[in-house]
Amino acid sequence: MVTEQDVQHIAELADIGIDEAELGTFTAQFNAILDYFDVLDRVQGDGAGARDLINVMREDVVEPSLPQEDVLRNAPAQEDGFIKAPRVM
Amino acid sequence: MQSEISFDPDDRYNAFLAICRKAPCGTGPLAGVAVAVKDNISTKGIETTCASKILKGYVPPYDAHVVELLRQSGAAIVGKTNMDEFGMGTTTENSAFGPTLNPADTGRVPGGSSGGSAAAVAAGMVRMAIGTDTGGSIRCPAAFCGIVGLKPTYGRVSRFGLIAYSNSLEQIGPMATNVTDVSLLMQVIAGHDRRDTTSYNHPYRHTPDADIKGLKIGIPNEYFGAGVDKKVAGVVERAIARLGELGATPVPCSIPSMEYALAAYYVTCTSEASSNLARFDGVRYGPAADTKKPWHDAYRDVRRAGFGTEVRRRIMLGTFALSSGYYGKYYAKAQIARENVKKDFSRILAGVDVIAGPTMPTIAFKLGEKSDPLSMYLADILTVPANLAGIPAISVPCGKADGMPVGLQIMGRPFADERVVDVAYAYEQAVA
Repeated sequence: MVTEQDVQHIAELADIGIDEAELGTFTAQFNAILDYFDVLDRVQGDGAGARDLINVMREDVVEPSLPQEDVLRNAPAQEDGFIKAPRVM
Repeated sequence: MQSEISFDPDDRYNAFLAICRKAPCGTGPLAGVAVAVKDNISTKGIETTCASKILKGYVPPYDAHVVELLRQSGAAIVGKTNMDEFGMGTTTENSAFGPTLNPADTGRVPGGSSGGSAAAVAAGMVRMAIGTDTGGSIRCPAAFCGIVGLKPTYGRVSRFGLIAYSNSLEQIGPMATNVTDVSLLMQVIAGHDRRDTTSYNHPYRHTPDADIKGLKIGIPNEYFGAGVDKKVAGVVERAIARLGELGATPVPCSIPSMEYALAAYYVTCTSEASSNLARFDGVRYGPAADTKKPWHDAYRDVRRAGFGTEVRRRIMLGTFALSSGYYGKYYAKAQIARENVKKDFSRILAGVDVIAGPTMPTIAFKLGEKSDPLSMYLADILTVPANLAGIPAISVPCGKADGMPVGLQIMGRPFADERVVDVAYAYEQAVA
Protein backbone atom coordinates (compact mmCIF):
# COMPACT_ATOMS: atom_id res chain seq x y z
CA MET A 1 0.00 0.00 0.00
CA VAL A 2 1.55 3.31 -1.04
CA THR A 3 0.28 6.67 0.21
CA GLU A 4 0.06 10.04 -1.50
CA GLN A 5 3.18 11.01 0.47
CA ASP A 6 5.04 7.98 -1.00
CA VAL A 7 4.02 8.96 -4.53
CA GLN A 8 5.11 12.54 -3.87
CA HIS A 9 8.49 11.23 -2.66
CA ILE A 10 8.93 9.01 -5.76
CA ALA A 11 8.08 11.95 -8.01
CA GLU A 12 10.81 13.95 -6.28
CA LEU A 13 13.36 11.14 -6.67
CA ALA A 14 12.54 10.91 -10.39
CA ASP A 15 12.45 14.72 -10.96
CA ILE A 16 9.13 14.09 -12.65
CA GLY A 17 6.98 16.87 -11.21
CA ILE A 18 3.53 16.12 -9.89
CA ASP A 19 0.50 18.31 -9.20
CA GLU A 20 -1.61 18.13 -6.08
CA ALA A 21 -4.61 17.33 -8.28
CA GLU A 22 -2.93 14.24 -9.81
CA LEU A 23 -1.75 12.67 -6.57
CA GLY A 24 -4.99 10.84 -5.78
CA THR A 25 -5.30 9.26 -9.23
CA PHE A 26 -1.66 8.21 -9.42
CA THR A 27 -1.79 6.76 -5.90
CA ALA A 28 -4.92 4.70 -6.65
CA GLN A 29 -3.41 3.44 -9.93
CA PHE A 30 -0.10 2.56 -8.26
CA ASN A 31 -1.89 0.58 -5.59
CA ALA A 32 -3.85 -1.40 -8.19
CA ILE A 33 -0.68 -2.09 -10.19
CA LEU A 34 1.42 -2.95 -7.12
CA ASP A 35 -1.34 -5.31 -5.92
CA TYR A 36 -1.00 -7.08 -9.24
CA PHE A 37 2.82 -7.18 -8.87
CA ASP A 38 2.34 -9.08 -5.59
CA VAL A 39 2.11 -12.24 -7.70
CA LEU A 40 5.94 -12.02 -7.79
CA ASP A 41 5.91 -13.09 -4.12
CA ARG A 42 5.10 -16.58 -5.41
CA VAL A 43 8.19 -16.77 -7.66
CA GLN A 44 10.44 -19.70 -6.76
CA GLY A 45 14.02 -20.16 -7.91
CA ASP A 46 17.40 -18.55 -7.51
CA GLY A 47 17.86 -16.87 -10.91
CA ALA A 48 21.11 -18.80 -11.27
CA GLY A 49 20.99 -18.53 -15.06
CA ALA A 50 21.19 -14.75 -14.91
CA ARG A 51 24.38 -14.98 -12.86
CA ASP A 52 26.03 -17.20 -15.47
CA LEU A 53 26.14 -14.34 -17.96
CA ILE A 54 29.62 -13.14 -18.86
CA ASN A 55 30.84 -9.82 -20.13
CA VAL A 56 32.25 -9.62 -23.66
CA MET A 57 35.14 -7.17 -23.50
CA ARG A 58 37.00 -5.29 -26.22
CA GLU A 59 39.89 -2.85 -26.40
CA ASP A 60 38.96 0.77 -25.90
CA VAL A 61 40.04 2.28 -29.21
CA VAL A 62 39.59 5.98 -29.91
CA GLU A 63 37.71 6.61 -33.14
CA PRO A 64 36.52 9.73 -34.93
CA SER A 65 33.38 11.18 -33.37
CA LEU A 66 30.72 13.54 -34.64
CA PRO A 67 31.80 17.13 -35.29
CA GLN A 68 31.20 19.38 -32.27
CA GLU A 69 28.81 21.50 -34.31
CA ASP A 70 26.57 18.49 -35.03
CA VAL A 71 26.58 17.40 -31.40
CA LEU A 72 25.61 20.86 -30.18
CA ARG A 73 22.95 21.48 -32.79
CA ASN A 74 20.07 20.19 -30.65
CA ALA A 75 21.19 21.75 -27.37
CA PRO A 76 18.79 24.56 -26.44
CA ALA A 77 21.31 26.58 -24.40
CA GLN A 78 24.99 26.94 -25.30
CA GLU A 79 27.95 29.08 -24.36
CA ASP A 80 31.41 29.14 -25.97
CA GLY A 81 30.99 25.72 -27.59
CA PHE A 82 29.69 24.12 -24.40
CA ILE A 83 26.23 22.93 -23.43
CA LYS A 84 24.75 25.12 -20.74
CA ALA A 85 23.10 23.32 -17.81
CA PRO A 86 21.18 24.56 -14.77
CA ARG A 87 23.25 25.49 -11.74
CA VAL A 88 23.98 22.68 -9.29
CA MET A 89 24.83 24.83 -6.26
CA MET B 1 18.49 4.80 -62.23
CA GLN B 2 15.96 6.22 -59.80
CA SER B 3 17.58 8.49 -57.23
CA GLU B 4 14.50 9.64 -55.33
CA ILE B 5 10.83 8.83 -55.02
CA SER B 6 7.88 11.13 -54.44
CA PHE B 7 5.75 10.32 -51.45
CA ASP B 8 2.59 12.30 -50.92
CA PRO B 9 0.10 10.09 -49.12
CA ASP B 10 -3.33 10.93 -47.80
CA ASP B 11 -2.55 10.29 -44.13
CA ARG B 12 -6.13 9.99 -42.96
CA TYR B 13 -5.16 7.54 -40.20
CA ASN B 14 -2.50 9.81 -38.63
CA ALA B 15 0.08 7.09 -39.22
CA PHE B 16 2.95 9.53 -39.81
CA LEU B 17 4.65 12.10 -37.61
CA ALA B 18 7.02 13.20 -40.39
CA ILE B 19 6.70 12.69 -44.13
CA CYS B 20 9.59 12.98 -46.62
CA ARG B 21 7.84 14.04 -49.81
CA LYS B 22 11.05 13.60 -51.82
CA ALA B 23 12.92 10.60 -50.43
CA PRO B 24 16.33 9.60 -51.78
CA CYS B 25 16.83 5.97 -52.76
CA GLY B 26 19.48 3.85 -54.43
CA THR B 27 20.24 0.43 -55.82
CA GLY B 28 20.10 -2.88 -54.00
CA PRO B 29 17.57 -5.45 -52.82
CA LEU B 30 15.11 -2.71 -51.78
CA ALA B 31 15.81 -0.30 -54.65
CA GLY B 32 13.13 2.37 -54.69
CA VAL B 33 10.98 0.63 -52.04
CA ALA B 34 9.14 3.05 -49.73
CA VAL B 35 9.89 2.13 -46.13
CA ALA B 36 8.43 3.88 -43.08
CA VAL B 37 10.46 4.00 -39.87
CA LYS B 38 9.07 4.18 -36.34
CA ASP B 39 9.77 7.52 -34.72
CA ASN B 40 11.96 6.13 -31.92
CA ILE B 41 14.67 5.20 -34.46
CA SER B 42 17.25 7.88 -35.27
CA THR B 43 17.22 9.24 -38.82
CA LYS B 44 19.91 11.75 -39.72
CA GLY B 45 18.33 15.02 -40.78
CA ILE B 46 14.75 13.84 -40.13
CA GLU B 47 12.99 14.94 -36.92
CA THR B 48 12.75 12.06 -34.42
CA THR B 49 10.44 12.61 -31.44
CA CYS B 50 9.39 9.22 -30.02
CA ALA B 51 5.93 10.82 -30.25
CA SER B 52 6.89 12.95 -27.24
CA LYS B 53 6.77 16.68 -26.70
CA ILE B 54 10.09 16.35 -24.87
CA LEU B 55 11.83 15.58 -28.20
CA LYS B 56 9.83 17.96 -30.40
CA GLY B 57 12.26 19.52 -32.84
CA TYR B 58 15.05 16.99 -32.23
CA VAL B 59 16.90 16.20 -35.45
CA PRO B 60 19.41 13.35 -34.97
CA PRO B 61 22.95 14.05 -36.22
CA TYR B 62 23.38 10.36 -37.15
CA ASP B 63 21.48 7.36 -38.53
CA ALA B 64 20.56 4.27 -36.54
CA HIS B 65 22.36 1.14 -37.77
CA VAL B 66 19.16 -0.22 -39.34
CA VAL B 67 18.62 3.08 -41.15
CA GLU B 68 22.16 2.93 -42.58
CA LEU B 69 21.40 -0.61 -43.76
CA LEU B 70 18.08 0.48 -45.30
CA ARG B 71 19.80 3.28 -47.19
CA GLN B 72 22.53 0.88 -48.39
CA SER B 73 19.84 -1.52 -49.63
CA GLY B 74 18.38 1.19 -51.89
CA ALA B 75 15.23 1.76 -49.81
CA ALA B 76 13.60 5.20 -49.64
CA ILE B 77 12.87 6.31 -46.08
CA VAL B 78 9.61 8.12 -46.66
CA GLY B 79 8.62 9.06 -43.15
CA LYS B 80 8.53 8.53 -39.42
CA THR B 81 5.57 6.74 -37.94
CA ASN B 82 3.36 7.49 -34.98
CA MET B 83 3.66 5.43 -31.82
CA ASP B 84 2.84 5.39 -28.14
CA GLU B 85 5.16 7.94 -26.53
CA PHE B 86 8.58 6.24 -26.12
CA GLY B 87 6.89 2.92 -26.97
CA MET B 88 4.84 2.90 -23.79
CA GLY B 89 1.43 1.60 -24.71
CA THR B 90 -0.65 -0.96 -26.57
CA THR B 91 -2.86 1.32 -28.66
CA THR B 92 -0.83 4.30 -30.04
CA GLU B 93 -3.26 6.51 -28.09
CA ASN B 94 -0.36 7.59 -25.86
CA SER B 95 1.18 9.64 -28.69
CA ALA B 96 1.58 13.34 -27.86
CA PHE B 97 0.49 14.02 -31.43
CA GLY B 98 -2.87 12.25 -31.47
CA PRO B 99 -3.80 8.59 -31.92
CA THR B 100 -3.39 6.58 -35.12
CA LEU B 101 -6.62 5.02 -36.38
CA ASN B 102 -6.98 1.41 -37.46
CA PRO B 103 -7.51 1.26 -41.25
CA ALA B 104 -9.73 -1.82 -40.77
CA ASP B 105 -12.11 0.22 -38.56
CA THR B 106 -11.37 3.87 -37.82
CA GLY B 107 -13.33 3.66 -34.56
CA ARG B 108 -10.68 1.30 -33.24
CA VAL B 109 -7.02 1.55 -32.27
CA PRO B 110 -4.31 0.08 -34.53
CA GLY B 111 -2.57 -1.49 -31.53
CA GLY B 112 0.78 -0.32 -30.29
CA SER B 113 3.19 0.81 -29.77
CA SER B 114 4.21 0.58 -33.49
CA GLY B 115 0.68 1.53 -34.53
CA GLY B 116 1.73 4.09 -37.14
CA SER B 117 3.99 1.58 -38.89
CA ALA B 118 1.23 -1.05 -38.93
CA ALA B 119 -1.45 1.36 -40.17
CA ALA B 120 0.84 2.75 -42.90
CA VAL B 121 1.44 -0.79 -44.18
CA ALA B 122 -2.16 -1.96 -43.77
CA ALA B 123 -3.48 1.11 -45.61
CA GLY B 124 -1.07 0.49 -48.50
CA MET B 125 0.80 3.77 -47.96
CA VAL B 126 4.14 1.91 -47.79
CA ARG B 127 5.17 -1.60 -48.73
CA MET B 128 7.23 -2.12 -45.59
CA ALA B 129 7.84 -0.54 -42.23
CA ILE B 130 10.23 -0.82 -39.32
CA GLY B 131 8.85 -1.20 -35.82
CA THR B 132 10.21 -1.97 -32.38
CA ASP B 133 8.95 -4.59 -29.96
CA THR B 134 9.60 -4.31 -26.22
CA GLY B 135 6.61 -6.33 -25.04
CA GLY B 136 4.63 -6.90 -28.23
CA SER B 137 4.84 -3.53 -29.96
CA ILE B 138 5.39 -5.04 -33.43
CA ARG B 139 3.16 -8.11 -33.06
CA CYS B 140 0.18 -6.40 -31.41
CA PRO B 141 -0.37 -3.75 -34.12
CA ALA B 142 0.38 -6.35 -36.82
CA ALA B 143 -2.40 -8.53 -35.37
CA PHE B 144 -4.85 -5.64 -34.89
CA CYS B 145 -4.29 -4.23 -38.40
CA GLY B 146 -4.08 -7.56 -40.24
CA ILE B 147 -0.44 -7.51 -41.37
CA VAL B 148 2.73 -9.53 -40.64
CA GLY B 149 5.26 -8.45 -38.02
CA LEU B 150 8.39 -10.16 -36.68
CA LYS B 151 10.11 -9.58 -33.37
CA PRO B 152 13.56 -11.01 -34.06
CA THR B 153 15.69 -12.90 -31.55
CA TYR B 154 17.25 -10.45 -29.09
CA GLY B 155 20.65 -9.44 -30.47
CA ARG B 156 19.96 -10.25 -34.09
CA VAL B 157 19.22 -6.65 -35.15
CA SER B 158 21.39 -3.80 -33.88
CA ARG B 159 19.72 -1.36 -31.52
CA PHE B 160 22.32 1.36 -32.22
CA GLY B 161 20.37 4.56 -32.80
CA LEU B 162 17.17 3.23 -31.24
CA ILE B 163 16.15 5.67 -28.50
CA ALA B 164 16.17 3.26 -25.59
CA TYR B 165 13.17 2.56 -23.40
CA SER B 166 13.95 -0.92 -22.05
CA ASN B 167 17.26 -2.16 -23.44
CA SER B 168 17.12 -5.74 -22.21
CA LEU B 169 13.74 -6.39 -23.85
CA GLU B 170 13.39 -4.29 -26.98
CA GLN B 171 14.27 -5.31 -30.50
CA ILE B 172 13.83 -3.66 -33.91
CA GLY B 173 11.94 -5.71 -36.49
CA PRO B 174 10.22 -5.80 -39.90
CA MET B 175 6.53 -5.29 -40.74
CA ALA B 176 4.79 -5.82 -44.12
CA THR B 177 1.58 -7.17 -45.63
CA ASN B 178 3.14 -10.58 -46.35
CA VAL B 179 5.75 -12.97 -44.96
CA THR B 180 8.01 -12.74 -48.02
CA ASP B 181 8.46 -8.98 -47.56
CA VAL B 182 8.99 -9.35 -43.81
CA SER B 183 11.70 -11.91 -44.54
CA LEU B 184 13.29 -9.66 -47.18
CA LEU B 185 13.34 -6.67 -44.81
CA MET B 186 14.76 -8.86 -42.02
CA GLN B 187 17.57 -9.89 -44.37
CA VAL B 188 18.46 -6.21 -44.83
CA ILE B 189 18.39 -5.17 -41.16
CA ALA B 190 19.89 -8.22 -39.38
CA GLY B 191 23.58 -8.65 -38.71
CA HIS B 192 26.37 -7.73 -36.38
CA ASP B 193 27.11 -4.16 -35.32
CA ARG B 194 29.80 -3.51 -32.75
CA ARG B 195 28.13 -0.27 -31.72
CA ASP B 196 25.42 -2.36 -30.02
CA THR B 197 27.14 -4.35 -27.27
CA THR B 198 24.30 -6.92 -27.29
CA SER B 199 24.58 -7.51 -31.06
CA TYR B 200 25.32 -11.07 -32.21
CA ASN B 201 27.08 -12.02 -35.41
CA HIS B 202 24.20 -13.98 -36.84
CA PRO B 203 23.11 -12.66 -40.25
CA TYR B 204 19.75 -13.65 -41.74
CA ARG B 205 19.89 -15.03 -45.27
CA HIS B 206 16.75 -16.93 -45.94
CA THR B 207 14.02 -17.52 -48.47
CA PRO B 208 10.76 -18.61 -46.83
CA ASP B 209 10.02 -22.32 -47.23
CA ALA B 210 6.43 -23.55 -46.88
CA ASP B 211 7.33 -27.18 -46.14
CA ILE B 212 6.48 -27.80 -42.49
CA LYS B 213 5.86 -31.57 -42.68
CA GLY B 214 6.93 -33.31 -39.49
CA LEU B 215 7.28 -30.09 -37.50
CA LYS B 216 6.10 -30.23 -33.88
CA ILE B 217 4.12 -27.20 -32.71
CA GLY B 218 3.69 -26.63 -28.98
CA ILE B 219 0.25 -25.32 -28.00
CA PRO B 220 0.40 -23.80 -24.50
CA ASN B 221 -2.91 -24.08 -22.68
CA GLU B 222 -2.26 -20.66 -21.07
CA TYR B 223 -2.68 -19.05 -24.52
CA PHE B 224 -6.25 -20.28 -24.74
CA GLY B 225 -7.35 -19.82 -21.13
CA ALA B 226 -8.85 -17.13 -18.94
CA GLY B 227 -8.76 -13.63 -20.41
CA VAL B 228 -8.53 -14.81 -24.02
CA ASP B 229 -11.63 -13.98 -26.06
CA LYS B 230 -13.41 -17.19 -27.13
CA LYS B 231 -13.90 -16.03 -30.71
CA VAL B 232 -10.23 -15.06 -31.05
CA ALA B 233 -9.18 -18.40 -29.55
CA GLY B 234 -11.49 -20.19 -32.01
CA VAL B 235 -10.00 -18.44 -35.05
CA VAL B 236 -6.48 -19.31 -33.88
CA GLU B 237 -7.42 -22.94 -33.12
CA ARG B 238 -8.67 -23.31 -36.69
CA ALA B 239 -5.43 -21.80 -38.01
CA ILE B 240 -3.41 -24.30 -35.97
CA ALA B 241 -5.61 -27.12 -37.31
CA ARG B 242 -4.68 -25.87 -40.78
CA LEU B 243 -0.99 -26.19 -39.89
CA GLY B 244 -1.84 -29.77 -38.86
CA GLU B 245 -3.31 -30.43 -42.31
CA LEU B 246 -0.02 -29.20 -43.77
CA GLY B 247 1.83 -31.98 -41.94
CA ALA B 248 2.75 -30.36 -38.62
CA THR B 249 1.87 -32.00 -35.32
CA PRO B 250 0.30 -29.91 -32.53
CA VAL B 251 1.60 -30.89 -29.08
CA PRO B 252 -0.15 -29.62 -25.93
CA CYS B 253 2.19 -27.92 -23.46
CA SER B 254 2.21 -25.56 -20.49
CA ILE B 255 4.15 -22.44 -19.49
CA PRO B 256 3.67 -22.26 -15.69
CA SER B 257 5.70 -19.03 -15.40
CA MET B 258 2.97 -17.24 -17.39
CA GLU B 259 1.39 -16.73 -13.97
CA TYR B 260 3.86 -13.95 -13.19
CA ALA B 261 5.41 -13.16 -16.60
CA LEU B 262 3.40 -9.97 -17.08
CA ALA B 263 4.31 -8.63 -13.62
CA ALA B 264 7.98 -9.48 -14.25
CA TYR B 265 7.78 -7.69 -17.58
CA TYR B 266 6.27 -4.49 -16.18
CA VAL B 267 8.68 -4.33 -13.24
CA THR B 268 11.62 -4.80 -15.61
CA CYS B 269 10.55 -2.36 -18.32
CA THR B 270 9.52 0.41 -15.92
CA SER B 271 12.78 0.02 -13.98
CA GLU B 272 14.84 0.28 -17.16
CA ALA B 273 12.70 3.21 -18.33
CA SER B 274 13.27 5.13 -15.11
CA SER B 275 17.00 4.98 -15.80
CA ASN B 276 16.93 5.44 -19.59
CA LEU B 277 14.56 8.39 -19.59
CA ALA B 278 16.64 10.29 -17.03
CA ARG B 279 18.52 11.69 -20.02
CA PHE B 280 15.57 13.86 -21.04
CA ASP B 281 16.23 16.97 -19.01
CA GLY B 282 16.18 19.81 -21.54
CA VAL B 283 19.95 20.22 -21.61
CA ARG B 284 21.27 18.38 -24.68
CA TYR B 285 18.02 18.29 -26.68
CA GLY B 286 14.36 19.12 -26.38
CA PRO B 287 12.65 22.14 -24.81
CA ALA B 288 15.13 24.22 -22.82
CA ALA B 289 15.56 23.79 -19.09
CA ASP B 290 15.64 27.11 -17.24
CA THR B 291 19.38 27.31 -16.53
CA LYS B 292 18.81 29.99 -13.90
CA LYS B 293 16.86 27.61 -11.67
CA PRO B 294 18.42 25.00 -9.35
CA TRP B 295 18.85 21.79 -11.36
CA HIS B 296 16.18 19.64 -9.68
CA ASP B 297 13.62 22.40 -10.22
CA ALA B 298 14.71 23.00 -13.81
CA TYR B 299 14.58 19.30 -14.74
CA ARG B 300 11.29 18.77 -12.95
CA ASP B 301 9.64 21.61 -14.86
CA VAL B 302 10.87 20.34 -18.25
CA ARG B 303 9.86 16.74 -17.53
CA ARG B 304 6.46 17.69 -16.10
CA ALA B 305 5.66 19.65 -19.27
CA GLY B 306 7.35 17.33 -21.78
CA PHE B 307 6.34 13.80 -20.76
CA GLY B 308 2.82 12.40 -21.14
CA THR B 309 0.95 10.78 -18.26
CA GLU B 310 1.81 7.16 -19.09
CA VAL B 311 5.51 7.94 -19.40
CA ARG B 312 5.49 9.74 -16.05
CA ARG B 313 3.58 6.82 -14.51
CA ARG B 314 6.12 4.28 -15.76
CA ILE B 315 9.14 6.35 -14.72
CA MET B 316 7.67 6.62 -11.22
CA LEU B 317 6.76 2.91 -11.06
CA GLY B 318 10.30 2.00 -12.09
CA THR B 319 11.84 4.44 -9.64
CA PHE B 320 9.73 2.81 -6.92
CA ALA B 321 10.63 -0.77 -7.98
CA LEU B 322 14.33 0.09 -7.76
CA SER B 323 14.13 2.14 -4.57
CA SER B 324 15.71 1.14 -1.29
CA GLY B 325 13.50 -1.31 0.59
CA TYR B 326 11.52 -2.40 -2.48
CA TYR B 327 14.24 -3.59 -4.85
CA GLY B 328 14.21 -7.11 -3.39
CA LYS B 329 10.43 -7.42 -3.54
CA TYR B 330 10.06 -6.17 -7.10
CA TYR B 331 13.14 -5.90 -9.33
CA ALA B 332 15.13 -8.82 -7.92
CA LYS B 333 12.06 -11.09 -7.96
CA ALA B 334 11.24 -10.03 -11.52
CA GLN B 335 14.69 -11.11 -12.67
CA ILE B 336 14.22 -14.57 -11.13
CA ALA B 337 10.78 -14.74 -12.75
CA ARG B 338 12.34 -13.80 -16.07
CA GLU B 339 14.87 -16.61 -15.70
CA ASN B 340 12.01 -19.02 -15.02
CA VAL B 341 10.20 -17.88 -18.20
CA LYS B 342 13.39 -18.51 -20.16
CA LYS B 343 13.70 -21.99 -18.61
CA ASP B 344 10.08 -22.84 -19.45
CA PHE B 345 10.65 -21.93 -23.10
CA SER B 346 13.96 -23.86 -23.23
CA ARG B 347 12.26 -26.94 -21.81
CA ILE B 348 9.30 -26.77 -24.22
CA LEU B 349 11.39 -25.86 -27.27
CA ALA B 350 13.66 -28.84 -26.62
CA GLY B 351 10.68 -31.04 -27.50
CA VAL B 352 8.89 -28.97 -30.16
CA ASP B 353 10.10 -26.83 -33.06
CA VAL B 354 7.86 -23.81 -32.47
CA ILE B 355 5.11 -22.65 -30.12
CA ALA B 356 1.84 -21.23 -31.46
CA GLY B 357 -1.10 -19.31 -30.04
CA PRO B 358 -2.97 -16.03 -30.43
CA THR B 359 -0.89 -12.84 -30.65
CA MET B 360 -3.44 -10.81 -28.68
CA PRO B 361 -6.21 -11.98 -26.35
CA THR B 362 -8.81 -9.81 -28.12
CA ILE B 363 -9.44 -7.92 -31.34
CA ALA B 364 -8.47 -4.21 -31.56
CA PHE B 365 -10.02 -2.09 -28.80
CA LYS B 366 -12.33 0.80 -29.52
CA LEU B 367 -10.66 4.20 -29.22
CA GLY B 368 -10.70 5.24 -25.56
CA GLU B 369 -11.79 1.78 -24.38
CA LYS B 370 -8.71 1.08 -22.23
CA SER B 371 -8.61 4.05 -19.88
CA ASP B 372 -7.29 2.19 -16.83
CA PRO B 373 -3.53 1.52 -17.00
CA LEU B 374 -3.63 -1.95 -15.44
CA SER B 375 -6.30 -3.20 -17.86
CA MET B 376 -4.13 -1.89 -20.72
CA TYR B 377 -1.08 -3.74 -19.33
CA LEU B 378 -3.05 -7.01 -19.10
CA ALA B 379 -3.59 -6.95 -22.89
CA ASP B 380 0.15 -7.69 -23.31
CA ILE B 381 0.00 -11.05 -21.53
CA LEU B 382 0.54 -13.20 -24.66
CA THR B 383 3.32 -11.12 -26.21
CA VAL B 384 5.64 -10.29 -23.28
CA PRO B 385 6.90 -13.87 -22.68
CA ALA B 386 8.88 -13.83 -25.97
CA ASN B 387 10.58 -10.57 -24.93
CA LEU B 388 11.45 -11.89 -21.48
CA ALA B 389 12.95 -15.02 -23.08
CA GLY B 390 14.59 -13.13 -25.99
CA ILE B 391 13.15 -15.56 -28.53
CA PRO B 392 11.85 -14.80 -32.05
CA ALA B 393 8.09 -14.38 -32.50
CA ILE B 394 6.01 -13.53 -35.55
CA SER B 395 2.36 -12.52 -35.97
CA VAL B 396 0.61 -13.51 -39.19
CA PRO B 397 -3.05 -12.74 -40.04
CA CYS B 398 -5.22 -15.84 -39.58
CA GLY B 399 -8.80 -14.67 -40.07
CA LYS B 400 -11.28 -12.38 -38.41
CA ALA B 401 -13.41 -12.19 -35.28
CA ASP B 402 -16.31 -9.73 -35.18
CA GLY B 403 -15.04 -8.40 -38.51
CA MET B 404 -11.59 -7.48 -37.16
CA PRO B 405 -8.23 -9.12 -37.96
CA VAL B 406 -6.80 -11.81 -35.66
CA GLY B 407 -3.10 -12.68 -35.49
CA LEU B 408 -1.55 -16.13 -35.17
CA GLN B 409 1.64 -15.89 -33.11
CA ILE B 410 4.52 -18.30 -33.70
CA MET B 411 7.47 -18.32 -31.30
CA GLY B 412 10.69 -20.22 -31.84
CA ARG B 413 14.08 -21.16 -30.47
CA PRO B 414 16.68 -18.41 -30.06
CA PHE B 415 18.19 -17.54 -33.48
CA ALA B 416 15.64 -19.74 -35.27
CA ASP B 417 13.87 -16.69 -36.73
CA GLU B 418 13.95 -18.52 -40.08
CA ARG B 419 11.81 -21.30 -38.61
CA VAL B 420 9.02 -19.00 -37.34
CA VAL B 421 9.07 -17.23 -40.71
CA ASP B 422 8.66 -20.59 -42.48
CA VAL B 423 5.67 -21.62 -40.36
CA ALA B 424 4.01 -18.23 -40.92
CA TYR B 425 4.75 -18.56 -44.64
CA ALA B 426 3.30 -22.07 -44.80
CA TYR B 427 0.08 -20.82 -43.21
CA GLU B 428 -0.08 -17.73 -45.42
CA GLN B 429 0.44 -19.77 -48.61
CA ALA B 430 -2.12 -22.39 -47.56
CA VAL B 431 -4.89 -19.83 -47.09
CA ALA B 432 -3.90 -17.55 -49.98
